[in-house]
Amino acid sequence: MKKTYAIEVDCANCANKMEAAAQKTPGVKDATVNFMALKMHVDFEEGQDPKSVMQQVRANCKKVEDDCEIYI
Amino acid sequence: MQELIINILFGVIILMAAGLLLWGCRGKSGMMKKQKKTLGRILLATVYLLVLQLLPEWVYDAADALMPGAGYWMRLLLYLADYLIIGYDILIKAFKGIKNRQIFDESFLMAIATVGAIALALYGKSGDYTEAIAVMLFYQIGEWFQGYAVGKSRRNISELMDIRPDYANIERDGKLERVDPDAVAIGSTILVQPGEKVPIDGVVIEGVSSLNTAALTGESLPRDIQAGDAITSGCINMTGLLKIRTTKEFGESTVSKILDLVENASSRKSKSENFISKFARVYTPAVCIAALALALLPPLVRMLALGMPASWNIWIYRALTFLVISCPCALVISIPLSFFAGIGGASKEGVLVKGSNYLETLSQTKIVVFDKTGTLTQGVFEVNGIHHNAMENEKLLGLAALVESSSSHPISKSLQRAYGKEIDRSRVTDIQELGGKGIVAKVDGLSVAAGNDKLMDLLGIPYIRCHSVGTIIHMAIDGKYAGHIVISDVLKPRAKEAMTALKATGIQKTIMLTGDADNVAQQVAKELGIDQVYSQLLPADKVEKVEALLHSKPEKAKLAFVGDGINDAPVLRRADIGIAMGAMGSDAAIEAADVVLMDDDPMKIAKAIRISRKCLRIVYQNIVFAIGVKLVCLLLGALGIANMWLAIFADVGVMVIAVLNAIRALFVKNL
Repeated sequence: MKKTYAIEVDCANCANKMEAAAQKTPGVKDATVNFMALKMHVDFEEGQDPKSVMQQVRANCKKVEDDCEIYI
Repeated sequence: MQELIINILFGVIILMAAGLLLWGCRGKSGMMKKQKKTLGRILLATVYLLVLQLLPEWVYDAADALMPGAGYWMRLLLYLADYLIIGYDILIKAFKGIKNRQIFDESFLMAIATVGAIALALYGKSGDYTEAIAVMLFYQIGEWFQGYAVGKSRRNISELMDIRPDYANIERDGKLERVDPDAVAIGSTILVQPGEKVPIDGVVIEGVSSLNTAALTGESLPRDIQAGDAITSGCINMTGLLKIRTTKEFGESTVSKILDLVENASSRKSKSENFISKFARVYTPAVCIAALALALLPPLVRMLALGMPASWNIWIYRALTFLVISCPCALVISIPLSFFAGIGGASKEGVLVKGSNYLETLSQTKIVVFDKTGTLTQGVFEVNGIHHNAMENEKLLGLAALVESSSSHPISKSLQRAYGKEIDRSRVTDIQELGGKGIVAKVDGLSVAAGNDKLMDLLGIPYIRCHSVGTIIHMAIDGKYAGHIVISDVLKPRAKEAMTALKATGIQKTIMLTGDADNVAQQVAKELGIDQVYSQLLPADKVEKVEALLHSKPEKAKLAFVGDGINDAPVLRRADIGIAMGAMGSDAAIEAADVVLMDDDPMKIAKAIRISRKCLRIVYQNIVFAIGVKLVCLLLGALGIANMWLAIFADVGVMVIAVLNAIRALFVKNL
């Protein structure tokens, strides 16, 4: 299942870090961050609940870049 | 001398920051609150720093005279205050970075570099704190500029694609009512007034007007529309009131699909973008490790092996310079920004590119394969000639149109269109349709036969063969040959020019695939100057042919397939890059193609390729320039030639130049 979320982040490198952090989150099959459009596309693994996975994704992203936001 | 230059520099920054701040307060600049705040801090910190710079030495001496050592502390506190004004948020972020164990966080690296510089100044008792403050100051200026440029181009591009309709007009009890386009059901009647955008795809049921399709196709000539015509959402109604019956929901309408496509285009990342993000992931740690080695190894070697003084402070200073250069942001920002601008500029010209990766592939295209019908030709059949006729053209055409009036075959349609007059079907009786041959009927009592060679053979009527290419309709009246009508597909007006333009952009080979007869195909190819032709292909053969071509070409030369997108979907998918033409409103094409040309003009293919080349050229310039300058700075820093001033200048300067260069990709009008 694929979903798109609006995000907020200031710099391009931070967006790349968020992408890497999101990809490493369990339950996420693949994730891409589009810095220019300020969007995160997440492809979830089968049978995962996007809401709870996204909470974890947000927590992981905050860890690498404190100044970011994901609108779940 | 150096002091003077630095002071002048601060003066320039003050003027620019003040000017920008004034401009930002006027509201139209689109600066965010956060950006204004940072700008204010930059202004304050620079003014403060300039005052400190200009403060004469005797002030500190006077303090020293009052109390020994007071001047030293006074200087430190005054400068430290300025450092905190400009850098407090970086320090906070750095602290959070440590907490989250992100040692390669750029705020953390900046904090170490500047705090380190202050510590060295304290240790050396030089009192030169300006450097640390300047590094922080320029770093903030760079960040500010980057944020502003990115925000600005984001807005620019959404303005370019400003086709999103906000409402739809529905007539209820004789009054116009504005409703959310999402709430309009299929088959409803909506009204579009002059000056409004058409919100939903549909068919005009009342009214005559011209449409401005510039936002969709880049074409500035207005298009006339009247009752019965299909209408695409996203166009602007210019002259008359239109009543439209909707045929799609808003979410399925052209305008929504295009917006969705453009907004998500840059999510498909190109190889260059992936390269840069991988590079950034390695670059920062590598430079940090190099900095650590630079701080430790040379002094230790000097001390232990060479017996010289260690001169720790020199090497630590050089290592700190490394940390300033380690920030990869200039590199990382300019690449997606270039692609974003390139895709935005292309969509303004009516070329929709579905992803940065496709823009990259498009720029490497060397072979272009075309479908004939609908791509190079109009796909509508027209009467091209009437030969050997026994009566006036008009009359013969009229008879043919009458005989064929009951048929819905495209050929009959084109005959009727060419005749152009009302057809009185009551004049036609005894219609006999002979499948694959033609039609025999009685018109005003005369027996008329219209059909191909086989029909004439069947009726035993001698006929004259035609030399023209196309579909031939022989006519016989009362058993006597009356001439033939040639019907053929018409080339698009700019097809030939388009081929010349493609060759001029460096396309090595043009190939045409068609299901048509060989002589038709050969003639079209000759007329347009196409290198290779494969004719009489079934749709499945086209896929096979493209696959064979993909195998035989060199790896680096990419193959593009251009089709009208209606029946070419499998081929569009199979090619390295699929270009759908004239796709305004065709869902299948938007789905299957990688690049969508909104209008029918084949010239846009060459244009799309030129846009992609320009964009990629900018991307490579930025990569080489940014990495090159960084490496040179690292080298100079290690040798002690470059100080921290130069490092931060290089960093911010590269970013500004790269960002400005990236924005150049937006300007594609005159390509």
